[in-house]
Amino acid sequence: MTGPAAGFLAGSVTLAMALLVAALFAALLRLLKGPTLPDRVLALDLITSLVVGIIAVRSISTGQTALLRVCVAIALLAFLGTAAWAQYIKKESES
Amino acid sequence: MDVLVGVLLVTGAAFMLLSAVGILRLPDIFIRMHALTKAGTFGVTGVILAVILHFRNLEVLGPGLMVILFFFITFPVSGHLIGRAAYLIGIRDSERTRPDELAEALAKEKGEKPERGG
Repeated sequence: MTGPAAGFLAGSVTLAMALLVAALFAALLRLLKGPTLPDRVLALDLITSLVVGIIAVRSISTGQTALLRVCVAIALLAFLGTAAWAQYIKKESES
Repeated sequence: MDVLVGVLLVTGAAFMLLSAVGILRLPDIFIRMHALTKAGTFGVTGVILAVILHFRNLEVLGPGLMVILFFFITFPVSGHLIGRAAYLIGIRDSERTRPDELAEALAKEKGEKPERGG
């Protein structure tokens, strides 16, 4: 990987990482602020998807292809967690 | 190819930032859910597609397609679940969310249940 194209890729990896970290801070703010429990759950959902994105970007910058499997596991766990929260919130409303 | 990978990466990351800004700025949970599910799914898809195009081998293609598939299946479902749960515990933040179709549906369900039982 030499020439201007490699420099472009490195720059876009850095830019993408910066955007994702900025998004992470915005989601964290909503997680802290969130007036109700569902708001916080939504923010957590966003944070897990941002973590998947960050890991994917990291796999490009390090060349580690095994990191993609971590993404699969996190994507599954995120859905299970959100579904469990939704059940819990619904149960709270009935009792 | 590197240029395409870079453009996809930055586009995906920008969409995820847009989704986060939507979560932070929009007035009520149902609209926030909308920002999260659409822009979030698109952003993750862009980033993972960039990774697949960058490595171009089967070892990455399998997990990458699995991640995209999971996000496309689970994000709308989880958004729906959370939105419904929020509605059921009585969150109505913004007056602008109209019409209220779930209220009618729930009322109809309640009205019909005794008939079905008897």
